Amino acid sequence: MTKVTMTVNGKTVAKEVRGNTLMTEFLRDELRLTGTHVGCDTSQCGACTIHVNGLNVKACTIFAAECDGAEVGTIEGQANADGSLNVIQQAFQDHHGLQCGFCTPGMVMAAASLLKDNPKPSEAEIRHYLEGNICRCTGYHNIVKAIMAASGQDVSVIAAE
Amino acid sequence: MYSFEIVRPTSLADAVAALGQDEAQALAGGQTLIPSLKQRLAQPSVLVSLTAIAEMQGVSAEGGVLTLGGGTTHGTVAREAAAHYPALAALASNIGDPAVRNRGTVGGSLANNDPAACYPAAALASGATIVTNSREIAMEDYFQGMFTTALEEGEIITAVRFPIPEKAAYIKFEQPASRFALVGVFVAKFADGVRVAVTGASEEGVFRWTEAEEALSGNFSATALDGLTVSADGLMSDIHGSSAYRAHLIGVLTKRAVAAAA
Amino acid sequence: MPKDHGIGASQKRREDVRFLTGTGQYTDDINVYGQTYCHFLRSDVAHGRITSIDTAAAEAMPGVVRIFTGKDFEGVGGLPCGWLITDRFGEPMKEPGHPVLAQGKVRHVGDPICAVVADSLEEARNAAEAIVVEIEELPAVVDMKAALAEGAPLVHDDMGTNLCYDWGFVEDNRAAVDEAIRNAHHVTTLELVNNRLVANPMEPRVAVAEYNRANDESTLYTTSQNPHVIRLLMGAFVLGIPEHKLRVVAPDVGGGFGTKIFHYAEEAFVTFAARKINRPVKWTSTRSEAFMSDAHGRDHVTKIELALDKDNNFVAVRTDTLANMGAYLSTFSSSIPTWLHGTLMAGNYRTPHIYVNVRAVFTNTVPVDAYRGAGRPEATFQLERVIDKAARELGVDPIALRRQNFITEFPYATPVAVEYDTGDYVATMDKLEEMIDRAGFAARRKESEAKGKLRGLGINCYIEACGIAPSNLVGQLGARAGLYDAATVRVNATGSISVMVGAHSHGQGHETSFPQVVAEMLGIDESMIDIVHGDSSKIPFGMGTYGSRSLAVCGSAMVRATEKIINKAKKIAGHLLEAADTDIELKDGRFTVAGTDKSVAWGDVTLAAYVPHNYPLEEIEPGLEETAFYDPSNFTYPSGAYACEVELDPETGRVTVERFAAADDFGNVVNPMIVEGQVHGGIAQGIGQALLESCVYDSDGQLLSASYMDYAMPRATDVPFYAVDHSCATPCTHNPLGVKGCGEAGAIGSPPAVVNAVIDALASGGHKVDHIDMPVSPHRVWSAMQG
Repeated sequence: MTKVTMTVNGKTVAKEVRGNTLMTEFLRDELRLTGTHVGCDTSQCGACTIHVNGLNVKACTIFAAECDGAEVGTIEGQANADGSLNVIQQAFQDHHGLQCGFCTPGMVMAAASLLKDNPKPSEAEIRHYLEGNICRCTGYHNIVKAIMAASGQDVSVIAAE
Repeated sequence: MYSFEIVRPTSLADAVAALGQDEAQALAGGQTLIPSLKQRLAQPSVLVSLTAIAEMQGVSAEGGVLTLGGGTTHGTVAREAAAHYPALAALASNIGDPAVRNRGTVGGSLANNDPAACYPAAALASGATIVTNSREIAMEDYFQGMFTTALEEGEIITAVRFPIPEKAAYIKFEQPASRFALVGVFVAKFADGVRVAVTGASEEGVFRWTEAEEALSGNFSATALDGLTVSADGLMSDIHGSSAYRAHLIGVLTKRAVAAAA
Repeated sequence: MPKDHGIGASQKRREDVRFLTGTGQYTDDINVYGQTYCHFLRSDVAHGRITSIDTAAAEAMPGVVRIFTGKDFEGVGGLPCGWLITDRFGEPMKEPGHPVLAQGKVRHVGDPICAVVADSLEEARNAAEAIVVEIEELPAVVDMKAALAEGAPLVHDDMGTNLCYDWGFVEDNRAAVDEAIRNAHHVTTLELVNNRLVANPMEPRVAVAEYNRANDESTLYTTSQNPHVIRLLMGAFVLGIPEHKLRVVAPDVGGGFGTKIFHYAEEAFVTFAARKINRPVKWTSTRSEAFMSDAHGRDHVTKIELALDKDNNFVAVRTDTLANMGAYLSTFSSSIPTWLHGTLMAGNYRTPHIYVNVRAVFTNTVPVDAYRGAGRPEATFQLERVIDKAARELGVDPIALRRQNFITEFPYATPVAVEYDTGDYVATMDKLEEMIDRAGFAARRKESEAKGKLRGLGINCYIEACGIAPSNLVGQLGARAGLYDAATVRVNATGSISVMVGAHSHGQGHETSFPQVVAEMLGIDESMIDIVHGDSSKIPFGMGTYGSRSLAVCGSAMVRATEKIINKAKKIAGHLLEAADTDIELKDGRFTVAGTDKSVAWGDVTLAAYVPHNYPLEEIEPGLEETAFYDPSNFTYPSGAYACEVELDPETGRVTVERFAAADDFGNVVNPMIVEGQVHGGIAQGIGQALLESCVYDSDGQLLSASYMDYAMPRATDVPFYAVDHSCATPCTHNPLGVKGCGEAGAIGSPPAVVNAVIDALASGGHKVDHIDMPVSPHRVWSAMQG
């Protein structure tokens, strides 16, 4: 067992973890933050995307012990302080960027990272950035559109929503 | 996963010491190792994380050589190497996906030597030098067949030195599922000649296409490759492409890489 | 002005808030006090006889609670098949047993042999590695033709054959069809494969079961599209638990696409084991496990012939299909290549003579069952591909050839036993041509050619039969269940409403769209209405969500129940207003005596129903709650026209989808935003089937595409923005909402458009290629170009 201390969504947590505890397990089982989802075991689907020290990573492919001392952000910490949806979350709802909701936390976390680095991404840049986030429901149309809208771009010319 | 401990040394010396334990294994970015641990394909007693070692981080260029710390992530290379070696930065920016690039490292990729990985092509085409905790390994001696390298047990890639070519480009044709290279070709033009390295194609891992190098060293243009073909013998064949198709792609992608570099 | 409430409004989805903030509750988010974890030891060979299982060492390992093998299930029922097919000789299909854990033989890679239940998942996996299973490996049958050959190894020894059934439809038409084809002016023949797919909802399957000794009740939380179907099948056929002692809950479910319809061994196992060990048992599938245990989809090999007269009128269609069942009959497997496939072979066209022959085959592969579209994509693909090939052979425009043969008068009885109630195929094709700027295609092709690329345009039509299904009809066809649905509308004293529905929402947005219907009918705000679904202890017995049926069938039940509410509420209002109930009008949430200004509000009436102080108790019961069951009188028939433009790199064979347009007729639409989202998702899955996805076995029955490393899921870079339209609406004539269903259309309509476009692109480059099987991978395109 190793003791880890990290900040998760602004709160400090300290726990004993085993070496093989993945961040997905740490968040879901230890902290009961079940918004981080597990959709594959080959590090491809991105449903578990979180932020570690400001960078998006796949929580299924990083051990909790590796996050000792880190600032961790998860979907549960994305809403505005008053509990309302943040700009990206609101754009996903406004533009129907989700259906079953399972990939959605990862999509929102990836979109947040993208917009931090690239505040006005083109359609092609968004699609390229989402290569590690698989959605089976939406056909990506409304996800791409939502991210464009969240970045303040006019999406009215894009085909119907 | 089986049970194991993790240690996170902050110095190279501590990492080397930790790797001296029985069944210890190095953990770089983990983007390949962790999925294989989930499949229980490895049973280490302790994983030695290399991510907290400051001396293994960073990108620097001096005297026509770009040096990457072995623990430098693909994402950092993509951002910080662009001014010095744009083709290498572009290669890094297309490995996996953004989240993978924030963890995966150049040292991890070269130590693993996946036959479809991108970095081996860059290293081989650049004539890079692998720097480890105990020695320097020339490119000619480093790759020894797929998933096999000259590294000894417990040896850590601390840095990789890439001579910066005059012109270079990497073209990857992605396997549609994994997004690894079905075939990837890195072309690098130096003052004293051209080097062409091919990944994704051979059962032996990354290799140099010497006929193309000779043709391009005299005339660095796509037309110099007209009529040159690669034999399908010894190339991989799987559900994504036959050896003949891979052989064909090597020709196409090499031309494209030359055109992109020129 | 678009509507902002009620039917026709693109209301934002209320369920999104919990999904966007990480507070949804999926099955894997459920943990029950004292739970154990289950790991299945699965076969790593495709076919073999189990000679011994030694669990002694494993039993002694830390954390192990109990290890189960096939022996524990002797005397327990097997997993049932819900549809009996009668073959063309009048004989019932071969129906082999499907044990929960393998008994005697393993029949596919992934077939569960043992289940280890332990205090932790890691301990369960450790123990599974200590189990010694000896298997005498047998030759596997993977290829369907080989499976039918004389002397082929038998998947089920006691069946004596690998042929499940040889189905002819309509058998009495066989000779007439043969005759029409013999005498035809032109016959176009095409042999093709409809590639095996894995549905891959992003949430892998999960099952958690607990047992309550106090009342002898079992509860199963499971990733299902239809909790009542699971309760019925598992309770009645497998475990022998009466319905009132069995609760099945499907909470938030992360996509289904058909593969979460079926009753699976793992669900039965955890329910069984929880009773045996008196502790909760949880199983969470990994994605790798999903590839070898979720039912697969499609997997047909077909020869289709289209016969035309000298004026290019279709005169006959004849098809011969081998359909892979895999190693066992999954819940609805037998019905997919037959009734959901053969009945669609008329497509949108007046073809007088049609005969469909399907032989279903057992192989040593994962069972195959419904995947989005289920039979209808297979029918559409072959028909729309052979029409395109015929147009090319005859030198006629593929759109003109289709238009010439369109059905234009409704209702239309096809020669394959269904009656289309409405449709307007000319209108959707007109709309499509307008959407795709066909006139500009030549210029776009030139631009592509300037870059060294080829460009192709592919179009096709589709028709589907959904809104599944009229129970008396499907009963005659062999279904072992009714296919009605049910809704209970519970109006509370203060006027808020809970609607308990049999449909299940796993991405479809029922929690938003269903209240829009009730709100429209009552003239009240949607925020007063909640939908309850997914818990067999809360909802009336309904059949769940698949086959684009939720609104057409369950929505109709909800309308009927709401009508009952209105009728009763008018009686109460009439009493309160001292008027006859026949004179009461309900508008904007107020009950008014016609022609007067006397009225009462919705809330006054609901309160009176529950506080019946001034109330005609001798005439009406207090309370305001009504249930309706709705059984449709016909299928619904959504239809449309789709177009795809691709660019093809002739040097590498890589195809990219540049433009995609869909003109659909879904009848009336309740929430256009949700409907369009359904079409987007279906199109992406269709593009995935056409270009990327392929489930491949080697000749030994090893699954080669066993993870996302080898099974190519469509990513954002693989698809464009889609242009979709549903304005050409011909409302369904036989359900109260006039709706047809939209969930599967995209996946049905899009694959032929993509492949037709690739063939068109190749033709423009002088490559005479008749067909390329899906997925049209770069390698396959390049190989086809090599001749």
